[in-house]
Amino acid sequence: MASDIKRVKGDVLLEIKNLVIDGKSDDEWKPIIRGIDLTLKRGEVLGLIGESGAGKSTLGLAGMGYARPGCRITSGTINFDGIDLVAASEETRRGLWGSRIAYVAQSAAASFNPAHHIIDQTIETAVGHNIMTREKAEADARDLYKRLQLPNPDTIGLRFPHQVSGGQLQRAMTAMAMSCRPDLIIFDEPTTALDVTTQVEVLAAMRNIVEQFNTAAIYITHDLAVVAQMAHRIMVLRYGNLVEEAPTREMLKQPTQEYTKSLWAVRKLQKPETTSDDIILNIDGVDATYGGGTSKVLDNVTVKIPRGTTVAVVGESGSGKSTLARAITGLLPPSKGTISFNGKALPAALANRDRDTLRRIQMIYQSADTALNPRQTVRDIIGRPLEFYLGLKGAANDRRVVQLLENIELNESYIDRYPGEMSGGQKQRISIARALAAEPELIICDEVTSALDQIVQEEILQLLMKLQKETNVTYLFITHDIATVRAISDEIVVMHRGKVVQQGLKSKVLNPPYPAYTELLLSSVPQMDPDWLTGLLAKRSAKV
Amino acid sequence: MHPVLKTVLQRLGLGVLTLFAVSIIIFSSLQMLPGGYAQNILGQGATPETVKNFNHELGLDRPAYVRYVEWIGNAVQGDFGNSYSGTTGTIKRSVSAIIAPRLYNTFFLAAMAAVVAVPLSLLLGVLAALYRNSWYDRIVNSITLTTIAMPEFFIAYLLMFFFAVKHRWFYSLSTVSESTSFWEHVNRATLPALTMTLVIIAHMMRMTRASIINLLASPYIEMAQLKGVSKSQVILRHALPNAWAPIATVIAFNLAYLVVGVVVVEVVYVYPGIGQMMVDAVSSRDMPVVQACALIFAATYILLNLLADIVSITTNPRLLHPK
Amino acid sequence: MSTDTTAPLRNIKARRTTLENIVRNLKTAPVSAWFGMIVILIYAIFAIFAPWLAPHSENEVIGKAYEHGSSLALLGTDQIGRDLYSRLIYGARNTIGIAVITTLVSFLVGGSLGVLAALKRGWLDQGVSRVVDAFLAIPVLIFALMMLAVVGKSVVNLIIILALLDATRVFRLSRAVALNAVVMDYVESAKLRGEGMGWIVFKEIVPNILPPLITEFGLRFCFVFLTISALSFLGVGVQPPTADWGSMVAENKTLITFGNPAPLYPAAAIALLTVAVNFVVDWFLHKTSGLRDGK
Repeated sequence: MASDIKRVKGDVLLEIKNLVIDGKSDDEWKPIIRGIDLTLKRGEVLGLIGESGAGKSTLGLAGMGYARPGCRITSGTINFDGIDLVAASEETRRGLWGSRIAYVAQSAAASFNPAHHIIDQTIETAVGHNIMTREKAEADARDLYKRLQLPNPDTIGLRFPHQVSGGQLQRAMTAMAMSCRPDLIIFDEPTTALDVTTQVEVLAAMRNIVEQFNTAAIYITHDLAVVAQMAHRIMVLRYGNLVEEAPTREMLKQPTQEYTKSLWAVRKLQKPETTSDDIILNIDGVDATYGGGTSKVLDNVTVKIPRGTTVAVVGESGSGKSTLARAITGLLPPSKGTISFNGKALPAALANRDRDTLRRIQMIYQSADTALNPRQTVRDIIGRPLEFYLGLKGAANDRRVVQLLENIELNESYIDRYPGEMSGGQKQRISIARALAAEPELIICDEVTSALDQIVQEEILQLLMKLQKETNVTYLFITHDIATVRAISDEIVVMHRGKVVQQGLKSKVLNPPYPAYTELLLSSVPQMDPDWLTGLLAKRSAKV
Repeated sequence: MHPVLKTVLQRLGLGVLTLFAVSIIIFSSLQMLPGGYAQNILGQGATPETVKNFNHELGLDRPAYVRYVEWIGNAVQGDFGNSYSGTTGTIKRSVSAIIAPRLYNTFFLAAMAAVVAVPLSLLLGVLAALYRNSWYDRIVNSITLTTIAMPEFFIAYLLMFFFAVKHRWFYSLSTVSESTSFWEHVNRATLPALTMTLVIIAHMMRMTRASIINLLASPYIEMAQLKGVSKSQVILRHALPNAWAPIATVIAFNLAYLVVGVVVVEVVYVYPGIGQMMVDAVSSRDMPVVQACALIFAATYILLNLLADIVSITTNPRLLHPK
Repeated sequence: MSTDTTAPLRNIKARRTTLENIVRNLKTAPVSAWFGMIVILIYAIFAIFAPWLAPHSENEVIGKAYEHGSSLALLGTDQIGRDLYSRLIYGARNTIGIAVITTLVSFLVGGSLGVLAALKRGWLDQGVSRVVDAFLAIPVLIFALMMLAVVGKSVVNLIIILALLDATRVFRLSRAVALNAVVMDYVESAKLRGEGMGWIVFKEIVPNILPPLITEFGLRFCFVFLTISALSFLGVGVQPPTADWGSMVAENKTLITFGNPAPLYPAAAIALLTVAVNFVVDWFLHKTSGLRDGK
């Protein structure tokens, strides 16, 4: 697709001019889209990329002439194949929706009606708008399921949405969008909720079918590597404005705007690999189960963590990586095996650990929104461990809090703020400062950057590295994001279904030869190269 | 076993268990009194002899568990023992015989209110949800918020004052007897039924509106709209199949509320129902009657909630079509 | 890292005080909320200063029974010739006072048990929750009627019975709200730090569940207040000669058939207060949930 730009030579299908959309917040209308132009030709795939709050979903939906409740189109025109969607009656718009413009939502599980069979929902528009007879529509749906490589295409439609997996449901929704062979499909972050290994199949299926029927599409995502596989042309949005627009290859080769360049900055961050013989934490043959059950969430896990390094634990959802953190902190005492810290066995349960041991191991959470008490000021949040562990009180405590704020590159004016008065990145810095206040030897970082925008992610990672240099603290870095692992780790532990697949230095794990699962995981991570998906599919089919 | 059947049976079991627990609470309320019930009734001056005789006469000198088994065993068969008032004489009045006609009257009144209130409030509530933030919705919101905040007897006397005293359209006292004809019964029960209808509609409309708004916010409803499904089909095909559970809950909650609401309304209009009877029995501390009424009220309440839960279970697609 | 204890602490900019925040919020309050707050304030003044504001004392007989309004008795007299207006004012003190005390006891018992159950889980939670479930299956008014029949009518009995029954509802809510807070990472973080139970409850959980609980306090107060009024109206709640709105409605109810609206005054006094509280609560809910219809 991206490799086939010449194919796009049709006439203009969708033309948006000077579009302004307002959203209501705190009983006030504020602009979400601030005057954007957009043109899309027949058969062309346009990628909309931006961070949270960029307005990309709002713009995508505007392509259908739809504004969510709480939003309104204030000015501008939306012209779809000669029809003015802003001026058109609701009846006209409804006639187009589903038949000529279709929508694929982020969460397939929530967007399918739980009360009806999948196939009935797939063909609803085709039958409801009298485009096809029921028999023909059903036969066509089965054909689409087959083209989208769904298992058992003849019978899967007879199942209910909750009876199939997320990846399959996402493809079924694509079939639903395709059922009337629309001129345009809006894909709204369709793979964001999926694991990377599932994402590859879904991306391939969607790209394939859009190409087969020469359907135009708007593909909305925050992931540049994904959009590189899917789109002919990319528009970068920020705060409701267009930052930059260019054909995919051009944009990847030489982005002109600073903001666009910064979007993939994290991938340029590289930590020189170091290691040490001094093992700070030794996890030996640990098993763990939830609620005294029989299914092991951790199965004979053995990991060694050298002092002063960053060990990344990587895996998909359900791999047990977060459970490992709970076992180390004592929240979930292992059912088997030992964990020793500085050469001494750690008491399994939290209650049996003394205050000094607790001080030495600190934790930073994924979401600072839930990790910081919204009713406490920064002074309370950072000051508490200082008082609790180190006995600092009054002015001495305040002074140290200010120092820590300076360490995390915030000034002292933040000391009386509540978490609600800070940005996501600032809150995560406060979380880091709270961990640092205890003067720990080991910090467990649980997906600390995954809730943050790209640029902020990079700043946080750089801060963590700077702090490691200053204090020689050890990080156990839990993440699902390979790009982050590449950037900051010294050693990598790959986990899958509760087991350690592989542990070793970054240079070793990220280079062949790979164990089978590591290879699958690494190869599934989208690359910035627009030919990556094509190449990967070719390689995988050659192997079979 | 099919998951729906299994869940329904579990829920039924829980219902029986709750009824059992409630019957024990109601029964044992009598034992909680320090010094004993007899001492309290007869006063501090009563001789031990009198207390003993009193207890013997009422059977209170036997062990509690024996009396419970006997009580609940008979209650299940519709026999609630004899009323205390009158036990000093020779004539013993059976509680069941006193309750039966009054129970009919109460259900008559509740049914009258429900027949009007349930469909009307569902309709008005759905309309408020569909046209939310319109003028209609705002006015309805303020009116219902005001209504639910008022005591029932205020509304009752207000209606009586205007419709029975100022304008003599209806009876201010709803005296009915077994010889009253059906339509005459309806006529005399109009004001009490209207009072309860007003109270229920306010509650029920607000709940209906909230649960429908909640339902319409589901992503699959937006998806249906964006598939070009017509407005009526969005409601009928996509919202309705998922609306039974919340609607059943709203109806059950409000019918249960109705059951309790009758007590005050019956007293205001001197309507010979079970609520008024319970209040009289409480004043004269006629425990067999009080306990029988409490058990009937509680059982109705539990049964209604049980029904709502069973509707929710049997319309849940995840349970109907297991993986 | 070492702390330089000699470094002067620089001046830190003062932030908005709580008072300023309250004033800011009040300025944006809708008309209905203002109406509610003013009504509540007036009621509070009448309740507190009843002896100074009432022209006659609570039980003073000033004339014949059932007299119509005059300069002597603004709203007329009751069934034994007491001034209705004065009794209405004293009623504010008695009726509201009893309801406030009952709600406070209910929150003290139900709230603390609820938070404890959410935090401790296990058998304590299971045990209390099952007992509460059984009690929830009996309507409050019915249960209260039954208990009053057993223990006899008195204000103390009324308060204890209603407070305990209402506590089961408060338990349910505070447990649910506390459970939401208990699973937050900041509570886990405090546990990992090694904090004791006291800190976790009073510094981490309670400040976060206070806003919904305050809102609930308003709603529970209304419910308790209406239930007490209903019981008094039914003749088993507050007993004569105490001036109480519910009983006053019952005492004067025969007047209504003669076209005298006297029993409507105390009933309206009850209705106005609950409407006012509801308006304020509605505004609170709107503010704290941050959710608005149509989004």
